[in-house]
Amino acid sequence: MNQIVQKKRIAEGINLFEIEAPLIAKKRKPGQFVIIRIDETGERIPLTIANADKEKGTITIIVQVVGKTTEHLGTLNSGDSILDVVGPLGQPTHIERFGTVIAVGGGVGHAVCYPIARGMKDAGNYLISIIGARTKNLIILENETNAFSDELYITTDDGSYGRKGFVTDQLKEILDSGKKVDLVLASGPAIMMKFVCLMTKEYGIKTIVSLNSIMVDGTGMCGVCRVEVGGKTKFACVDGPEFDGHEVNYDLLLKRLATYKEEEKLAYDKFMLKTKDK
Amino acid sequence: MGEEKKKKKKERAPRQEMTRQDPKKRIMNFNEVALGYSEETAVIEASRCICCPKPKCVDGCPVLVDIPGFIKLVQERKFVEASKMIKETNVLPAICGRVCPQETQCEIVCVLSKIDKPVAIGRLERFVADYEAAAGEIEMPSKPEPKGKKVGVVGSGPAGLTVAGELAKMGYEVTIFEALHKPGGVLVYGIPEFRLPKAIVAREVDFVKKLGVELKTNFVVGRIATVEELFEQGYEAIFLGLGAGLPWFLNLPGINLVGIYSANEFLTRSNLMKAYLFPEYDTPLKVGEKVVVIGGGNVAMDSVRTSIRLGAKETHIIYRRSRKEMPAREEEIENAEAEGVIFDFLVNPVEFLGDNEGRIRAMKLLRMKLGEPDDSGRRRPIPIEGSEFEYECNTAVIAIGQGPNPLALSTMKTLKLNKWGYIEADWETGKTSMKGVFAGGDIVTGEATVIEAMGFGRRASIAIDKYLTTEEW
Ligand SMILES: Cc1cc2nc3c(=O)[nH]c(=O)nc-3n(C[C@H](O)[C@H](O)[C@H](O)COP(=O)(O)OP(=O)(O)OC[C@H]3O[C@@H](n4cnc5c(N)ncnc54)[C@H](O)[C@@H]3O)c2cc1C
Ligand SMILES: Cc1cc2nc3c(=O)[nH]c(=O)nc-3n(C[C@H](O)[C@H](O)[C@H](O)COP(=O)(O)OP(=O)(O)OC[C@H]3O[C@@H](n4cnc5c(N)ncnc54)[C@H](O)[C@@H]3O)c2cc1C
Ligand code: SF4
Ligand code: SF4
Ligand code: FES
Repeated sequence: MNQIVQKKRIAEGINLFEIEAPLIAKKRKPGQFVIIRIDETGERIPLTIANADKEKGTITIIVQVVGKTTEHLGTLNSGDSILDVVGPLGQPTHIERFGTVIAVGGGVGHAVCYPIARGMKDAGNYLISIIGARTKNLIILENETNAFSDELYITTDDGSYGRKGFVTDQLKEILDSGKKVDLVLASGPAIMMKFVCLMTKEYGIKTIVSLNSIMVDGTGMCGVCRVEVGGKTKFACVDGPEFDGHEVNYDLLLKRLATYKEEEKLAYDKFMLKTKDK
Repeated sequence: MGEEKKKKKKERAPRQEMTRQDPKKRIMNFNEVALGYSEETAVIEASRCICCPKPKCVDGCPVLVDIPGFIKLVQERKFVEASKMIKETNVLPAICGRVCPQETQCEIVCVLSKIDKPVAIGRLERFVADYEAAAGEIEMPSKPEPKGKKVGVVGSGPAGLTVAGELAKMGYEVTIFEALHKPGGVLVYGIPEFRLPKAIVAREVDFVKKLGVELKTNFVVGRIATVEELFEQGYEAIFLGLGAGLPWFLNLPGINLVGIYSANEFLTRSNLMKAYLFPEYDTPLKVGEKVVVIGGGNVAMDSVRTSIRLGAKETHIIYRRSRKEMPAREEEIENAEAEGVIFDFLVNPVEFLGDNEGRIRAMKLLRMKLGEPDDSGRRRPIPIEGSEFEYECNTAVIAIGQGPNPLALSTMKTLKLNKWGYIEADWETGKTSMKGVFAGGDIVTGEATVIEAMGFGRRASIAIDKYLTTEEW
């Protein structure tokens, strides 16, 4: 079973887990994810492999509490185990030396961006990282990202840290500065990726986004993760999760993400009631 | 019993019915619908078999179960022995007795069907297997001489389970690699509890494990390891029993609206993830008041009957031909009818329409008429021009079939596929174009049946043994 060897709260409502998964640690590449199921009655949820340690045989996931399963996960501690961890799933990022790459991570989306950005730096790119969040307490992996980025910018919606505003404000400034940018990576809320892409399209810069559609099996068997890219239906779990950001139908993604709103609330409320009793 | 007039020399009892849960009650639960025979009804049914010296029925069974042999034992009330006799050729009788399409396999060729209803072979098979299990008398075969060779089996559906079990019995060290967290393939994620209780599947999987087979779940071949890497790890032969798990969608406008499911998603949520027990189990599954299921096969029947149990008020099957051409088993169609499913024949969707939130609110259907028979021998549906009409619904399930999942296959560059993307393999041995790689079940035949997948697995296990013994390819 997949034991948690380290758990850390790294920002408000965001937990980092280092989990024993030697085979996955050896095999995974940036851009890939795992699907976990905490226990017998649990749901299968996808999470990006933020980091891996081949020698130790562990992978790191960084998880924001947004509902029942992520809340439940947050109650686990080192020593506890996760019943099922399957991966690495999805296509690895296409990494090569493009030139200058900007990695834009919004909220916990930066956990998705982080391994890819690092891969891009390792491949010899000039790497500019932008981390954005609503407020200071939600900024994650700042020092870690700083360690390998050529430039790092932070934005917060409320101005409590870094530049006040959205990641797109910072992005625009860089693009307007006349610097030649070869590739933009974006990961975060669908709405953020949509606006990043609207902007980079104007500037004619290729943009890769990592989509977070709902998933069940992660192997192309159910089709729940389908997204529209360039007018064609794709399965995010096997064809993605990364796609050409200028071709993605974000409105559809947003609507499909809201499929189970009522049920998710019910499950969350029930879980909170139960944990309160204890 | 209005069959008096058919009485021949000897008094023959009518075909014995199984008791079933009352339709009104059963649509409120997921318990098994058919309740099986009692000892008495089983013996009466067995007495109908005349134990033909040249039994036609056996030819109809893909794995050649000794049907008169086991039925004779039932006549003598030797139920456990009967079950053991079946297991010589069919290791999963409790499953096959429930889900085999007997009416087109063993029973259709039973001599009795010329003058009366055929012997209920499947029901008897189910009875003796359940009897044996309940008696707790499941006996393990004696431990074989170890061969000192490792075989890898990819996929734990009926094909993979059969190969693994047979090879373990011969003394091979067998490991099954399964992508999902539970073994069983379609038996656990596709076929609903009310038709095949999962406890029975677990029992059979357990038996295979007791034979010494190692089971690695959460292991996606093609991702965590390729077939080449498995060879490097010391597996000397690999069997691919990947199934036909890629859902087909209709390439129509609106297909990605919220509320449109593939049958695979719908059934996986309900069966594997137990969405019917939500919120006790975390995985939700939403059905609207009016559910339409598009398709006419077993998968469509399973989906529509699941949707009733999940609380749909009105459920429809949308099928582009007529009742006669439906590929689903007659029994399943009748069960669906009894449970209140409405069948809409000779219509085909051309578009899905959504509301402001992107949820499905209606379909556009086109009326069809039947033309000449096509390749499948069924009359071809022809669209009637200008017959389009709007048809309201809140949930749609697409059950028009499945294809081969390319995930593992795309990592095997030298593996030959046929033009539909299935593995090209010899149907007698399972041999593929790659040395040491065998394949069988749905990934070779296309969507077929549990017993055919098992039959294939059995033949492949013999070929694998031969290959590993002689090292001849
Ligand atoms: C490829 C991929 C990588 C991801 N990586 C990360 C990551 O590194 N860190 C992180 O915090 N989050 C990540 N996510 C999102 C994460 O999977 C969801 O936040 C999680 O499933 C929510 O579950 P919940 O029960 O806590 O919340 P719920 O209340 O069930 O859902 C909250 C929202 O999450 C989405 N969601 C619900 N169920 C699923 C599901 N089965 N699969 C995907 N999304 C779902 C829906 O939009 C829903 O409205 C990733 C998603 C994908 C597809
Ligand atoms: C809803 C439904 C109802 C049906 N009803 C009947 C019925 O009543 N009677 C009947 O006879 N037949 C029925 N069938 C058909 C029957 O179930 C199949 O023909 C049979 O299960 C095929 O067996 P298989 O072993 O080839 O594949 P499957 O049962 O599909 O099993 C394949 C297994 O391989 C695993 N796998 C796939 N790719 C990988 C990978 N890369 N790595 C690791 N594991 C992998 C899958 O997760 C799965 O567990 C039904 C099918 C469905 C979908
Ligand atoms: S395995 Fe299936 S086809 Fe063969 S005898 Fe049994 S029910 Fe009939
Ligand atoms: S053909 Fe019918 S009557 Fe003859 S042995 Fe088979 S089941 Fe019995
Ligand atoms: S998650 Fe099931 S097909 Fe992608």
